[in-house]
Amino acid sequence: MAATAPTGTGRSWLRRQGVRENLAGWLFASPWVILFLVFMAGPILAAFALSFTDFGLADLRDPLNTEVVGVDNYTALFSDSEFRRASWNTVVFTVVAVPLVLVLALGLAVLIDRGIKRYKTFFRVGYYLPEVTAIVAIAILWRFMFHPDLGLLNTMLGWVGIDGPNWLGNPSTAMPAVITVAVWRHLGANIVILLAGLQAIDPVMYEAARVDGAGGWQLFRNITLPLVRPTLLFATVITSIGYLQVFEEPFLMTEGGPLNTTQTVAMMVYEQGFAFFNLGYASAIAYLLFLVIAGLATVQFRMLRPET
Amino acid sequence: MATIEQPRDTAQSSEASPSPDDDHRGDSNAIPQLQPGLRPIVWVVLILGVLAMIVPFLWMVLSSVKTQAELLQTPPSWFPEDPTLDNYRELFERLDFPRYFWNSTIIAGLITGSNLMFCSMVGYALAKIEFRGRDKLFVLIIATMMVPSSVTLVPLFVLMSRLEMVNTYAGVILPTAAGAFGVFLMRQFIIGLPSELLEAARVDGAGHVGIFTRIVLPLSTAPLAVLAIFTFLGAWNAFLWPLIILQDDAMYTLPVALGTFAIGEHSTDYGLLMAGAVVIIAPIVAVFLALQRYFTESIVMTGVK
Repeated sequence: MAATAPTGTGRSWLRRQGVRENLAGWLFASPWVILFLVFMAGPILAAFALSFTDFGLADLRDPLNTEVVGVDNYTALFSDSEFRRASWNTVVFTVVAVPLVLVLALGLAVLIDRGIKRYKTFFRVGYYLPEVTAIVAIAILWRFMFHPDLGLLNTMLGWVGIDGPNWLGNPSTAMPAVITVAVWRHLGANIVILLAGLQAIDPVMYEAARVDGAGGWQLFRNITLPLVRPTLLFATVITSIGYLQVFEEPFLMTEGGPLNTTQTVAMMVYEQGFAFFNLGYASAIAYLLFLVIAGLATVQFRMLRPET
Repeated sequence: MATIEQPRDTAQSSEASPSPDDDHRGDSNAIPQLQPGLRPIVWVVLILGVLAMIVPFLWMVLSSVKTQAELLQTPPSWFPEDPTLDNYRELFERLDFPRYFWNSTIIAGLITGSNLMFCSMVGYALAKIEFRGRDKLFVLIIATMMVPSSVTLVPLFVLMSRLEMVNTYAGVILPTAAGAFGVFLMRQFIIGLPSELLEAARVDGAGHVGIFTRIVLPLSTAPLAVLAIFTFLGAWNAFLWPLIILQDDAMYTLPVALGTFAIGEHSTDYGLLMAGAVVIIAPIVAVFLALQRYFTESIVMTGVK
């Protein structure tokens, strides 16, 4: 993580300030840092500690009285079939939805950037619309869209003679339906990010390749794709982190059902923590999720880093 | 983290950044365009895609003004035969929407205000003050952007119940009062402000407070606007944490009120639910359409290139 310094003459001038500058810097940073320590850093450490206790509702009055149970929460998790089911669902959701949304977004971004000359803003705004709306409203809207008899989706399928299923009520179609909504909702943000990446490519890069006689597909494959790679990485990491924590879509559309087929890890954190008040157990689940996300982000940075 | 660690001169890049509608590289033939013969297909694909984004919202609005009977007919109608505001009327009778609207506005407003203030302060320090530990602090802030919010839910709830802030505005606001994204955004922008300008003010005897309030802030209206929009939007739409911390329904925000209504006994009252969804979405879509330039250009501003 490269340090950055103000440029030019300012630097030598600033250096003379010494102690005063240290004090000023930390004073300016202090409100943010205090809030960060109390409501972010502290809780992250506390979650780790809590995950080794059997903290429950009664302990809220007297937190220090909770019993330390060692790794019991973690060992219990591995034999908890609901947790295994939720983990599997979360992995399936992420592994399907992340590539799907990125491929669609890249394709649409290329079409907007290179396929049309006008109305680019219209498309950018249109695709971004679901991103700004409340997920609660979206989940409720899609529950109606997916309704087997009254919903728009099956009505439209009916026009072409397809008898659509009970999407959210059927164990084999509930997860695809939830994935559809998540992809639909996040397409726009990824398009906008990738458009920025595409537009930042220096035209000179193409001129050189053209001189060598490269055609359209080769230009895309050999110039565009490698140069948009850092942006793609950024979009992948952000989207994966979000998708691994998927909560609202299944919570409001299916409540985890039918037969737990859309139960996710984040939903289990909520249920264990705030429906059953097994706060220690919920912390263990959340911490495992945290480790997976941190690990995955690291791997993705390695994999997608530009070859040097 | 290659894309975000480099200091970028945002002031400059926003000049060079594309104006949204006209192709900024219009005169350059170097950027490969798809063959003109493919253009009709491109248009069809893009229009079908954008319809898939917009039609559900139209459907929502149309459904919200249908009668109960019409909502239950199969196959469903497109346009309401007998448009009515009954769903809205009933929704406002059953739920105290003005109250939730007020709660949402206060909470989102205060979260936005505190983020603007605190993030620009620390952003200024990181960009223009050479203090010890600065680089470590910046790395730490970037790292926290990766932390999943579900990790802190349980400890935050325990903390809030110790502080007796369960069911209060403060309980909802404090955990998101100072976000990492805002710091990153402000720092990236302020670092691009010319140091000569700040120095000139110093020579005239201004301290950091003076420079910050009289030079940096007035020049930073663009990133502040972006930060305000995104923070307000996130806070307005937030569901999980408010759902946990707000237990008395007089304190509910709009999403919490509608969400608990939707998973309760009214889960199939689609007329009411669509009306509720319209009430939550409408103000945001209005703001979005008015300020859409900031939304999409801000992505460029954060340095995702």
